[in-house]
Amino acid sequence: MTQSLKDKLVIILLAAVIAAFSITFIAIEEQVEIFALLVFAAALVLGGAKLGITASIAQSLARNERLMNFAFIAATIAVVFWFREDHFPLLMIATVLLYVIACCGLNIQFGFTGVVNFAGAAFFGVGCYTAAVLGDTSVPLLLVILLGGIIAAIVGSVLIIPVLRTRGHYAAVVTIAFGLLFRTFLEVNDTLGGPQGLGVSGMNLFGWDFNNNIEISENLEISFYMNYVVLALIMVVLTFVLMRRIERSWIGLNFDAVRLDETAAACFGINIKRWKIVAFTLGNFLAGTAGALYAMMLGFIAPSNFAFSDSLILVSIVLLGGMGSLWGTILAAGLVVLLPEKLQVIQEYRFLIYAVVMILILLFRPQGILPRGLRAYIPGWRG
Amino acid sequence: MAQQQETVLTFRGLTRRFGGVIALNKFDMELTNGQILGLIGPNGSGKTTSFNVLTGIYEANGGSIEFLGQDITSWPAQKVYEAGVARTFQRSRLCLELSIFDNIMIGNHKRLNQGLLFNIFQRKALKEQIQENHEEARKLLKIFDPALAEKMFDPVGSLRMIDRRRIEICRALISHPRLLLLDEPSAGMTHEETRELMDDILEVREMIDGLSIILVEHEMGMIERVTDKCIVLNFGQKICEGAYRDVASDKLVQEAYLGGE
Ligand SMILES: Nc1ncnc2c1ncn2[C@@H]1O[C@H](COP(=O)(O)OP(=O)(O)O)[C@@H](O)[C@H]1O
Ligand SMILES: [Mg+2]
Repeated sequence: MTQSLKDKLVIILLAAVIAAFSITFIAIEEQVEIFALLVFAAALVLGGAKLGITASIAQSLARNERLMNFAFIAATIAVVFWFREDHFPLLMIATVLLYVIACCGLNIQFGFTGVVNFAGAAFFGVGCYTAAVLGDTSVPLLLVILLGGIIAAIVGSVLIIPVLRTRGHYAAVVTIAFGLLFRTFLEVNDTLGGPQGLGVSGMNLFGWDFNNNIEISENLEISFYMNYVVLALIMVVLTFVLMRRIERSWIGLNFDAVRLDETAAACFGINIKRWKIVAFTLGNFLAGTAGALYAMMLGFIAPSNFAFSDSLILVSIVLLGGMGSLWGTILAAGLVVLLPEKLQVIQEYRFLIYAVVMILILLFRPQGILPRGLRAYIPGWRG
Repeated sequence: MAQQQETVLTFRGLTRRFGGVIALNKFDMELTNGQILGLIGPNGSGKTTSFNVLTGIYEANGGSIEFLGQDITSWPAQKVYEAGVARTFQRSRLCLELSIFDNIMIGNHKRLNQGLLFNIFQRKALKEQIQENHEEARKLLKIFDPALAEKMFDPVGSLRMIDRRRIEICRALISHPRLLLLDEPSAGMTHEETRELMDDILEVREMIDGLSIILVEHEMGMIERVTDKCIVLNFGQKICEGAYRDVASDKLVQEAYLGGE
């Protein structure tokens, strides 16, 4: 068997295993079974790492990036198709996808450029409220998603001066304050529903109402959440393409240079402020677009959805997955969103467990579970 | 030969203080086209500070800097680089988790298309730019070490200190600067390695038209061999200037060194 054929088989097999695992994980309800499945998966990954299988799989993946991308999209579609009639699993999947987009935004800011943002939930929230306010107007809803991003980016510009002026802990405090301010503003603002929040009309695309189940035949009625999953998946793919293109260009290099050594970067002409502004704005834009669709999907939003703890969850996804790592973000978003839904223990001690996991990660694996690799400007090309 | 005399850089009364310490005290100097200037002096005499003030990392507290006929005294670091000044750092400042190629391309900033839309949407043109610059960086690196040139996508953090210094010099040279500032490039190298490094730098100078160099160096053999002129600093003040031979026999200089070490 040739190397390239072997690589292809490995990738297809891996995608199939991931799909099967995800389906099982989402489908089973029994706590013991879920726990057993997780232990099994952990053992598989750790064992694979010990035997060097993980490394060889990683090489196969790196050699066939295009196939890998398609295989993982196909795996996602398979999982989604499996749950086509079930509301709750589809809602969870769509939530994961939208979190991935928001965390990609955070990755541009924090993972690539080193600009901390502990107000991610606030920018996500700006997108949500944009959808709530504009949803009943005649503005086309696809445009509302875009506007959610644009308005989040504009709101973020308030923070640009403090973000440029401060570093490290101070910058973190500034963004935390902004997040709290945002929530308080929503709570006291009656036109935005106050603490009770606002209803949001569902997505409607050229007359296609996203909030109706799709009746295919008498015994097949696809959950209306499928609409949201499909749109969210398309948005994830677009975000992914954007992230990749940024990373594999001079922009990504400038971001890295700013994060790693501002003084050296300045000595080679890199305009620190410009790239921080670009990263901050772009990141908030992504969070805003995700928020807009999220609000339409839930149909209802309230200030309590955008607490500091929600911002922390977004940051923890980025750290857990690995700073700047795209696949890491997807894996971590899946874990962080789904685990508390599946395991009641986690539900109850959610923040305690997050805190412990974050400390462990920062101590023992600061590069995250799927660390970002070196920049490959052109996949497969090494000069 | 008329061009040889063109003045590239002038300091007039350049002064920089850190609290009570006068790191640079009314420093005057002149550098002409293609000249190699050795900047020597005991530790803490202001050599690195003169680089930092010149490149815009620190502001001058007094005096002026003229580069290629322009007053650049209060220019930000980015603008100084754009004008053609590139440097290395005494304590290597590479991005260790990035590849060799990435690090060299950071130094090539002004020759790359930094447009947002270009980078995101014109992928084909970008790809060509990447490949062209890769080839150029490889050629440059090859002068310093052919083996390194074959490892362009290895992380810099995995390399030896000497290799890192070479890469730092390439990062400074890739943009074809008019003035190269080398801050103790041979620190931690053996005599043989230092010799090689200097030969490489001289070779590159032949390729870049009219490149002037300021070299901060403790290795006097190297200073003697490559510099056209030397300036000795002590407590931020210029105490002597001239050809290496004259400077080395100067009484003040000998005192400064004996007193300093
Ligand atoms: N950032 C700084 N803050 C305070 N003092 C500094 C700083 N940089 C340099 N100095 C002081 O300025 C003087 C000159 O230092 P430097 O230029 O690094 O000397 P050299 O490079 O010749 O060894 C020293 O006394 C040093 O302590
Ligand atoms: Mg020094």
